[in-house]
Amino acid sequence: MNSWINLHALWQIVVIGLLAGAGLPALFAVGLRALDMPGSRVQTAGAGVDGTAPAESDQVYGGNPVGLVIGSVCFAIVLAAIGWGIYLIVASSS
Amino acid sequence: MTKDIVITLVVVTALGFDFTNGFHDTGNAMATSIATGALGPRVAVAISGVLNLVGAFLSLAVAATIANGLVQTADVTVVVVFAGLVGGILWNLLTWFFGIPSSSSHALIGGVIGSTIAAAGGKAIKWHGLVSKVIIPAGLSPIIAIGVASIGTWLIFRISRKLSDGSRTHGFRIGQIGSASMVSLAHGTNDAQKTMGVITLALIANGSLPAGSKAPFWVILSCALAISIGTYTGGWRVIRTLGKGLVEIDPPQGMAAESSSAAIILLSTHFGYSLSTTHVATGSILGVGVGKKDADVRWNVAGRMAAAWLITLPCAAVVGAGCYALAHAIKGLPGVIVALVILIAIAAVVFIRARKNRVGHDNVNDEWTGTAAPEPEPAAA
Repeated sequence: MNSWINLHALWQIVVIGLLAGAGLPALFAVGLRALDMPGSRVQTAGAGVDGTAPAESDQVYGGNPVGLVIGSVCFAIVLAAIGWGIYLIVASSS
Repeated sequence: MTKDIVITLVVVTALGFDFTNGFHDTGNAMATSIATGALGPRVAVAISGVLNLVGAFLSLAVAATIANGLVQTADVTVVVVFAGLVGGILWNLLTWFFGIPSSSSHALIGGVIGSTIAAAGGKAIKWHGLVSKVIIPAGLSPIIAIGVASIGTWLIFRISRKLSDGSRTHGFRIGQIGSASMVSLAHGTNDAQKTMGVITLALIANGSLPAGSKAPFWVILSCALAISIGTYTGGWRVIRTLGKGLVEIDPPQGMAAESSSAAIILLSTHFGYSLSTTHVATGSILGVGVGKKDADVRWNVAGRMAAAWLITLPCAAVVGAGCYALAHAIKGLPGVIVALVILIAIAAVVFIRARKNRVGHDNVNDEWTGTAAPEPEPAAA
């Protein structure tokens, strides 16, 4: 069976694939959610895609400093994971 | 002298295949970003083209995997490689015409296998390698991709359901651009390598390079350019099927699909497990349809694709074998030239017919009317 299916590579692809392929976007969503936490700024919920919200950057930021910190940590982890992924490809070529 | 002309024609044909590989697969990376409006169509193909170029230089790990372990390299001549490439190109052009995202790798592998069988018989094929390295992964990869993408979609929608629409659309569009860029990069690291491997194989078979050589720099550069120009040209028909035909996609789903594709393709490259980028990307897009409660997946479109995937290897093999038989019957340089002329003629017919009901950057996102692909007929060379 093992000569037909490379199980060793397969389970790693599935497990790490789940962590990176589903976990990272989920973490990104957590980051967005944290940024969106209600704070000093009044929400413009239901605003159009780019229309009525006051400014581009305000669209995703609810004005809560705690949310900003949590969100930044989430995005930093996502970026770090991407950087690590690219590093792995480059390193595996040599 | 004749030998030099033949090898030159083979290298040009290989670069032609690389070009079709690029434009056939633009959709794998960019279809969802174009469908959700995260990127303008022309910006999307430009980014994807540049990242394919970069990706082709990043890693040389998978070069030559096409031939290694699939055929007895001793039986591979320059004409065999040439005929295999013709099979791959023709199959790519036909599936593109019908807007079917089929695997370029399978088209190439099928073509080479067909021409090898025609040249040296079935004993020249390493059947065990073919099944374990190509066929079984092809069956598994869409399933893995559907799983990862549907779980990712489900998580994203649970986490982000309280977000305002504006915030969600804006945020996930940014995420989508990032994840789609990663898929483009992964595609460059993966698919450009395959043509480099084939050209290197032809050069070795020709005696221009010693056996066991790595791809010379000019091969790497020209392959990187060919795939990147192909990607920039944009296979709009395939993009449309992937972005609009399978599922109606919104930005969170788009990001889930591309993250899943990028992760799986990069991991399989890293662990030396040869997955088709097309199968993974299509599986991921299906997965985000499965993972969102009220999304409609057009299973009939998916079924047509799956059928095309099944016949890609044998059909490309038939074309490759036919092309070898033709070139071999005429013999030498004239044989190669005749086959090449026929290839160019068929390509011209396909392009002219494609212009009649053109799909381009301006109408790629039009409402899906089910007008995509009738079942493609296998081509005869």
